[in-house]
Amino acid sequence: MTRPERTTILDARALSRALQRMAVQVLELAHGTDDLVLIGIQRRGVELAERIAKLIEQAEGVVVPRGALDITLYRDDLETVGPKPVIGATHIPGDLTGKHVVIVDDVLYTGRTARAALDELADFGRPKRISLCVLVDRGGRELPIQPDIVGKQVKVNPGERVEVLVEELDGRDQVDVVRSA
Amino acid sequence: MSVGLGKDLVGLEPLSAEQIRLILDTAEPFKEVSERPIKKVPALRGKTIVNLFFEPSTRTRISFEFAEKRLSADTVNVVATGSSVQKGETLVDTARNLEAMRIDMVVIRHPSSGAAEFLGRRIRSNVINAGDGQHEHPTQALLDLLTLRDKYGRIAGLKVCLVGDILHSRVARSNIWGLLKLGAEVGVCGPDTLMPRGIEELGVCRFRRIEEAIAWADVLNVLRLQLERMERGFIPSIREYYRVFGVTLERLERAPRPLTIMHPGPMNRGVEIDSRVADGPHSVILDQVTNGVAVRMAVLYLLAGGRPELADAAKRGGGAE
Repeated sequence: MTRPERTTILDARALSRALQRMAVQVLELAHGTDDLVLIGIQRRGVELAERIAKLIEQAEGVVVPRGALDITLYRDDLETVGPKPVIGATHIPGDLTGKHVVIVDDVLYTGRTARAALDELADFGRPKRISLCVLVDRGGRELPIQPDIVGKQVKVNPGERVEVLVEELDGRDQVDVVRSA
Repeated sequence: MSVGLGKDLVGLEPLSAEQIRLILDTAEPFKEVSERPIKKVPALRGKTIVNLFFEPSTRTRISFEFAEKRLSADTVNVVATGSSVQKGETLVDTARNLEAMRIDMVVIRHPSSGAAEFLGRRIRSNVINAGDGQHEHPTQALLDLLTLRDKYGRIAGLKVCLVGDILHSRVARSNIWGLLKLGAEVGVCGPDTLMPRGIEELGVCRFRRIEEAIAWADVLNVLRLQLERMERGFIPSIREYYRVFGVTLERLERAPRPLTIMHPGPMNRGVEIDSRVADGPHSVILDQVTNGVAVRMAVLYLLAGGRPELADAAKRGGGAE
């Protein structure tokens, strides 16, 4: 076995710039912070949502409500992949009815996670709008789902994996494409 | 990498500490589901579950039913009462009929010890033991463990004393296995007539007087006294039992520190437990009930997928989600 080949597509500084741009785009898309709610998908989406919320706070001086969503129980593949041993916390800040919810995730691939997140959010109320904001869009969609805000677009082959590392969980900020040789 | 539970949940005796922790960790996020405006997730959509109860039960059956419905499974309740047919025969026939109806899981409560394992060996569906004779009641012990872990943040090192009819109690047996595996110290206290011979060999301390148990323990798990035990001569009278073994406020007030009070229900107030204790500030009896639904959801969820080797494969090969 050779070592997996690893290419860095975003280093810490590039990731920081991408998040700043995404924060501005979120504000533009939502026309400010009035009904804005950021919901991160477990796990790394939660950290990214927190970062974007903090950037918005610095820029606007307003605290944006944020939540976390674990979509494990809404997956359509329990039969084939089996149960995920540890399910993350789901925490939704209040009723979502009438809110503009921005779903934040690290990587958009097949679109199945986003589909599950939409189903799950519907059980928490009726937002007036839901947008999708991802750090990396790697292509390869299996469902008709498109992101509204993208940090970095990159074509990644099916045999490869996008690995998002964040300071809070992994000790550093970095995005790599990893190929198992 | 990940541990699974296998096909059935028959008891805690065959499980490893790691498997028990897996169930408790999985139960944690399921608590939140029951707090949602829509208390339902689609995880077990399309699964058919039969609740097969050969013994009367209210809370265990309702708790399982809530757990199943909150996971979107389809459920059927079969209550088989007072059949005079030999139990082995009934079960085999029942098993064959259930298989023929293409069900996915069976939750079974049965008066004979070993009934759940017997059924599990004969059908392909997952089997969950909801209490079999005097053998085990694993989900009750799991919800007790979850309640203790919530309260203390750990199980290891806790001193838990089971009080009452240890001899006939499947709740006691499952609790002893689960607590010992997770590193708790376990005590038992009750009349000699209701104490299994050689109970100390399991690694538990035996207390002959309730006052000694109270002085030793952090937690009392007070078992239900089946009232028919008196008719069969195990105890002289209900009043006598309460006088000698009743968990009363006066006795607890003499303890060096406040004890956490548990009871698997249904309670006989004024028999094994004083109402002022059951409703007191250190009682976690209703937390146990709440946790019961979460623990049962976790068990159903883990058994329904049941193929951890595939989950590992998917994790290795799959992309980021």
